[in-house]
Amino acid sequence: MSLSEPSASGRFGEFGGRYVPETLVPACQELEAAFRDAWADQTFRDELDALLADYAGRPSPITECHRLSEELGVRVLLKREDLNHTGSHKINNVLGQALLAKRMGKTRLVAETGAGQHGVASATAAALMGMECKVFMGEVDMERQALNVFRMKLLGAEVVPAMSGSRTLKDAVNEAMRDWVGTVENTHYCLGSVMGPHPYPWMVREFHTVIGKESREQCAKLLENEIPDVVTACVGGGSNAIGIFSGFADTTAELVGVEPAGGAAVGRGVPGVVHGMKSYLMQDEFGQVQEAHSISAGLDYPGVGPEHSHLSSIGRARYEQVTDAEVIEAFQLLSRTEGIIPALEPAHALAWVIRDRAKLAGKTVLLNMSGRGDKDVAQMMEILG
Amino acid sequence: MSASLADEGLVIPDAPTEPGEFEHSLRSLRDSGRKLLVAYVTGGLHDEWPDVVRAVADAGADAIEIGIPFSDPVMDGPIIQEASELALRDGASPVTVLDTLRTIDAGVPLAVMTYYNLAFHMGHERFASSLYEAGVRAAILPDLPLEEVGPWARAADPAGIETVMLAAPTAPDERLPRVVARSRGFVYAVGLLGVTGERDALAASSLVIARRLKAITDKPVLVGVGVSNAQQAAEVSQVADGCVIGSALMRRVVAGEGPTGAGAFIAEVRAALDAS
Repeated sequence: MSLSEPSASGRFGEFGGRYVPETLVPACQELEAAFRDAWADQTFRDELDALLADYAGRPSPITECHRLSEELGVRVLLKREDLNHTGSHKINNVLGQALLAKRMGKTRLVAETGAGQHGVASATAAALMGMECKVFMGEVDMERQALNVFRMKLLGAEVVPAMSGSRTLKDAVNEAMRDWVGTVENTHYCLGSVMGPHPYPWMVREFHTVIGKESREQCAKLLENEIPDVVTACVGGGSNAIGIFSGFADTTAELVGVEPAGGAAVGRGVPGVVHGMKSYLMQDEFGQVQEAHSISAGLDYPGVGPEHSHLSSIGRARYEQVTDAEVIEAFQLLSRTEGIIPALEPAHALAWVIRDRAKLAGKTVLLNMSGRGDKDVAQMMEILG
Repeated sequence: MSASLADEGLVIPDAPTEPGEFEHSLRSLRDSGRKLLVAYVTGGLHDEWPDVVRAVADAGADAIEIGIPFSDPVMDGPIIQEASELALRDGASPVTVLDTLRTIDAGVPLAVMTYYNLAFHMGHERFASSLYEAGVRAAILPDLPLEEVGPWARAADPAGIETVMLAAPTAPDERLPRVVARSRGFVYAVGLLGVTGERDALAASSLVIARRLKAITDKPVLVGVGVSNAQQAAEVSQVADGCVIGSALMRRVVAGEGPTGAGAFIAEVRAALDAS
């Protein structure tokens, strides 16, 4: 199988949909139509490809980790999304959405951010295209990612703390949606992951398929078998994972998403509805959404993109969970063996490879290095002393 | 995956043609020349919330919306967010709120206003019958738009729960009749682009949406979101059949004004509506 378009009502299997206030329904419909139109328009595709190449620095390379591979007994390849402009895969989606927003005549972007990577990417795209940008960020995350807050401001964006609930990514999404309910006429909600109401999970995936497409071509040249045995990525909302999975869904490669133990929506396997979508969701016995707890602000999210729930339920992908302590180990190991300081998010995927190295012995693993670790250095300095 | 399950959202059952108990009650009052006032009270906020419900009913509310607090109320502004958070912190849940509701004899029709996940999680049939057994006759689920209402409506309609649909200023003309046709109890006209909360002046959009809806339906049309005081209530009810007041009431309750303050405020709004 390759990853297919969602159904007419925006579903991947039973997951997805469009659970939004009535005020936003026409905006979601308009966005869906505009995206369909743009995605089929070669001029739009060329314009986006040019931005991805000349501005974001694509294609990103694949790095073979010789020393790490030797240490683990597993051949590890990294797809270097950390080398993109702004330091993560987020720029792929944001350039696509900003270009689309402009095409739709919108003058303003709102966005939510967890670790700040999507916020920085959104602020960057807004600066590039001369748009206004407001980013909602949980108050807790603003403290632990102060550097990214400063970056966004430097780029001309307004950063607004989300003060309700857990004051992390979940609440930033609520605030961004509330803003959008009031400003929908001139504003595009630049959602940062493969989540939210239809068409976002599909549209954001499409903007990230470039990761999978490049990886597939690069692996074909690099590997004798052309296809890695395992493709792995961290999963919060799941955008970088779906991006790289999309290139291998129709192959024999095993697809493994890695969630933080404290934010394991797929791991718990209970469906729910929040933020416009039906998907696996961490919730209490009454259906109140629970707060996720993870060392990584970018994965501190109680839900997951609906297509991941679908891929898990049909068995095409599986989802593992790792602890903060395992992530800290992985963060240090990659830094030491390869000279690459990973973001805490992709360090989750590596933590799983390290833990399961015996089972993976002799196999080739392609890991999406979704972001660089500069933003996490201050936090790690505190933890490691 | 069967096609019907994959596209459950696309199948929207027709609403029953006969008005339910809740709508019947509002229609009778409206047809007698009265402007309708629906008050919103967050369930489970402080121990005295049943007294707030009674006080608001006694002060002249024609129906009461009981908010079942939800962790992520995306359609709500700061006041109702705070009320919900406080109630949740006090241990409120759908079960405690409905259990308590059973013991309140407010003497006016009751609706619940909550978010869809609480119904989805409990199961549609079970949630609908729990509401009915607690004396509730209508439900407002602001994150369940027309395209997604099917599975819930199929359980709620036969259970005697009337699902109130929201009609927003952003809806194109061809959409409104479909929203209205599916709406039971009343039609909830969203007064402005934005979430619940008080505003200094009545938004012009609230009169526009009320007029658009009155032109196409005989069902009671009530404007909510942004109706903040007695004067605005009277103003919007010149066009609409009445209004819903939530944040302005809950601000007083959150501030500790209690049943007395809540009742006094609703009495003031009632008087303005009666005088208009």
